[in-house]
This record gives sequence, structure tokens and C-alpha cells, in this order.
Amino acid sequence: MSATANGRALLIEGLCKSFGKLEVLRGIDLELGEHEVVCLIGASGSGKSTLLRCINLLEPIDAGRIVLHEEEITVPGTDANRIRRGIGIVFQAFNLFPHMSVLENVTLGPRKALGTPKAQAAEEAEVLLARFGLADKRDEYPDRLSGGQQQRVAIVRALAMQPGLLLLDEVTSALDPELVGEVLNVIRDLAAEGMTMLIATHEMTFARDVAHRVCFLDEGVILEQGPPTRIFGAPREPRTQQFLQRIVEAGRLLAAYRLGSDRRVAKRRRHARAARRVRGRPAGLGRDGNSSRPHPPGIGDGGGAVSDRHRHGGW
Amino acid sequence: MAVVAVLVVRSPGWDDVKQAFFDREQFEKSFPDILSAFWTNVKIFLVAEVFILVFALALAVLRSLPGPVFFPIRGLAIVYVDLFRGVPTILVIYILGFGVPALQLPGVPIEPIFWGAVALVLVYSAYVSEVSRAGIESVHPSQSAAARSLGLTHGQALRFVVIPQAVRRVIPPLLNDFIGLQKDTALVALLGVVEAFRQSQIEVAATFNYTPYICTAILFIAITVPLARFTDWLIARDRRRQQAGKLA
Repeated sequence: MSATANGRALLIEGLCKSFGKLEVLRGIDLELGEHEVVCLIGASGSGKSTLLRCINLLEPIDAGRIVLHEEEITVPGTDANRIRRGIGIVFQAFNLFPHMSVLENVTLGPRKALGTPKAQAAEEAEVLLARFGLADKRDEYPDRLSGGQQQRVAIVRALAMQPGLLLLDEVTSALDPELVGEVLNVIRDLAAEGMTMLIATHEMTFARDVAHRVCFLDEGVILEQGPPTRIFGAPREPRTQQFLQRIVEAGRLLAAYRLGSDRRVAKRRRHARAARRVRGRPAGLGRDGNSSRPHPPGIGDGGGAVSDRHRHGGW
Repeated sequence: MAVVAVLVVRSPGWDDVKQAFFDREQFEKSFPDILSAFWTNVKIFLVAEVFILVFALALAVLRSLPGPVFFPIRGLAIVYVDLFRGVPTILVIYILGFGVPALQLPGVPIEPIFWGAVALVLVYSAYVSEVSRAGIESVHPSQSAAARSLGLTHGQALRFVVIPQAVRRVIPPLLNDFIGLQKDTALVALLGVVEAFRQSQIEVAATFNYTPYICTAILFIAITVPLARFTDWLIARDRRRQQAGKLA
């Protein structure tokens, strides 16, 4: 696996987590390269959300270790607040702050956790909001927005911290079907820009498009992982096959798509592949590929700054 | 209501009662004195309220501190609340109002009004802290998780995310407690402070006419009802701002 071609963003070894007698995670091993997008799939209760919450130190772990940008974050005495500032997480239920306007939601983290001056935080937030088509919503309250808009605000809120790693926890599961697309497009853009992401999702078509690697979680372990084409096209484990079969039956993964006959989807796939080629991953171009990574305005600048920061280990 | 009114008005003793309680002349005569004494109630109420809000919130926050490290602090907060909710307000007022000045400690105030207000603050903080705590706990943990995930500390998450939402939710029950507090300012009269209730007692004793009591009752209502409507308006405005135009 070429996960570390651009440097390693995240390393998880033997991660275990129980809630009382319920063992949710039973030895997770996972590695994530810089600019890599990994999708976690699996049935409800397989531990996807818990894994993400553990990485963000929202849940204390029972065993194992997590290394973020070459710093072990699970050793006792680690400043959890400092670690969390470098990891963005977007929740299934948005979890926006209902008593704050969109702008206040987005600037709270930079202002209070990073100490960014109010005016500067607002300026940066407005650039981000504009980029995600939310410029005119800056003074609205979350309850006045559609689900899709709320989730996009939540993504912007996470991005405002300029995280080196973005965790997405089933971000489209609470949305009406017609609103799913706008959120997935945002994530697709982020992937194209090289944002390192770990995505728990039930959207298999999306996972197939956007992920460099797909991990199938089953009963607290990663049972199978590999490139999306292999996991979706030729899963080896019987349980993976079973799971995907159920998904197809539930209509969440186009059966036709698996045969490659859906033109629209096929086109999207070409896009994703092209984006990956530009980034030099996983086609194996290594570090040179990284420097030719496109830098769109706004978030692209932030992403670049973040990855520089990580390379120098200066945070 | 109408039935009760008719019953009262048609009762055999109504004429006497009317004269004793609803004497217009007496009302006009005693109103200015009672009104000026009522300012004492208002002052006690306003000052005590500020301290109660702060103290109760502090108690509530202490009680919701996580982890075994803070067990002693949580324990103390629990003991405090149990104690001051359990003892009748009137006893706390007597004990503090007569007891503390009698200690003759240098530099410690001996005015009964001061200790009356302190007693009210201590008792009502215990009540209000439970309301505040319920408010804090009613904010879904995911809100706190979202704040912490941005790198905010526990204190920052409480201050900027949890408490602002909690306060909005507890305003109606809080108003309940504060109306109770307003009325209980009359208990300070027991220490010899001349406030509205004591003033009306003085007038009643002088004239054997009970109209001053009605006068005092009207004053209390005159302040609580507008306060209740103001709170309703505040809540409605907040809701409008956050939700109006909500997409279906």
C-alpha cells in the first residue's frame, strides 16, 4: 500500500474500546497517508463512529495507540485540546450551535481555541463560506437553514481550524435524499484539493468515487481493505460480500454501476481518477506529485499551510 | 372566578369586609408610605437576584464537573444545596439576622437588612442552582462534543456553548423562583426592617383597617406581572430570531 508515499498522517495500532461490557473496537490497525482519502464502510454498530471519536480523543481508549503526524496522541498527559485543534470532525447530526449565527459558529473555534482576532477570523470565515456557496447565509441561524446547508456550515466550521486531518462521521445520513448531493460535492472538492480525510459513510457510490482506499469494518475490526474497485468489484471476505449484497438490495449502490454502464457515474469516476493522478497518488508519483497538487483559492491555501506545518512538525 | 366573586359579594359579612379591606379613603392615605417602603423590597430583590444568579450558576457548574478528581467539590455543592433547600427560609433569616450581628465581630455589618438579604441569597441560590443544573444537563452532550472537537477547553465549551443555551431554557422556571424571591423579601420584615409588609402592618395597627394589606398585595402583583410578560416576550423574540423562516 502506498499510503505513506507523501508521509504518514495517521497511524492506529491495536485500538480497543469498550463501553461497559460491549466491545466496540477490538484491535483496529489503520494507516493513513497525507492527502489520502479513506472510507470506512460497515453495518451500523460496526464501530465506525466510535473509531472517529477515539481519533479525535472524544472517547478515551482502552488499549492500542494513535499516532497523528508522528506524534503519539494517546500517551497520558497529551493536551487533548491542542490535538483536537488539528483534527476537524463533522458529525452526522451537524451539531451546529443553535444560539449562534452561521458566522459565529464558524469563527468560534479560531477565535477561542486559536486566539485569532475577531476581524481576521470573520474575514477568513467569509472566504470559506463564499467558497461553499454560503456567503449570503452568514447572519442566519442554523435552524433557518436546510439540512444540506447546515451540514455544509458544519464542514466549513471544521475547515476554519485549518485541520491537517478531517474526520467525517456519516455526514449525509441525516439528510433528505435530494440534499445529499450538495454535501457530497463539497467533500469531493476537498478530496480533489488533497485534504486528508477519514470518512465513515453509507454512500457506497460516493465511497467508490472519492476514496483511495476503502476499509470494511465488521464487529470492531477492519476485516478487509483495499482500493474501492477491488472492495466493491471483487470483495474477498464472505462478510464483505454479504454486506455489499445487502447494500445493493437496499438500493444504496447502483447494481448497474458495478457493471460500469451508468455514464454519469462513470464520468464522475474519471474525474476522481484524474484528480488523483494530478495529486500523484496513488499512481506512485510520490513527492513530486505532491508539489504539482492544484492549489485552488481559499481552502487550498489553508491546506498547503497545514501540510507544511506538519512536515516541519512544528505544532 | 365569577362564581367566587358573586359568592363573596353576596355573603352576609360582605359590607363589613368591604369596609375593612377595600376602603378607598384608607387606600389613598396609606399608599404613598407603603410605596416608599416597597422600594426596600425592590432593592433587596434586585441586589439579591444578581448574587443568586452568579452563585447558583457557580454551584451548578461545580456539581457538573466530571471525573473522580472533583468528587470533593461536587460533594460540597450537594451538601450545600441539601442544607439550604431543607431549612425553612424563615429560620435561615432568623438565625443569620439575629445570630451573626450578636457575634459582635469587628468589620462585619450588623444591619438586619443586610443579613436578611444574605439569607435570601443563600436559600434561593440552592433552589436556583438546581434549575441551572437541569438547564446545563438538558443541553445535548453532542453540543459539548462539537465544541470540544474544535479544541475548546471544558470551561470554554461551557461558557460559549452550553451555558448560553441552558440559560435560554431555564428562563421560565427561573422566573418562577424570582417571583418567589420577590414575595419572600417580605420575610425580612421579621428582622425589624420596615419594608412594604411591615409598613402596612404599622398602618393596620394604627387604624384597624386592613386596606393597607390589599395595597401591598397590589404592589407585588404590579411588579411580577409585567416581569412575567417581559420574559414571555424575551423568549418569543429569541425563538423568532432563531427559527423564523425555517425551511419546511
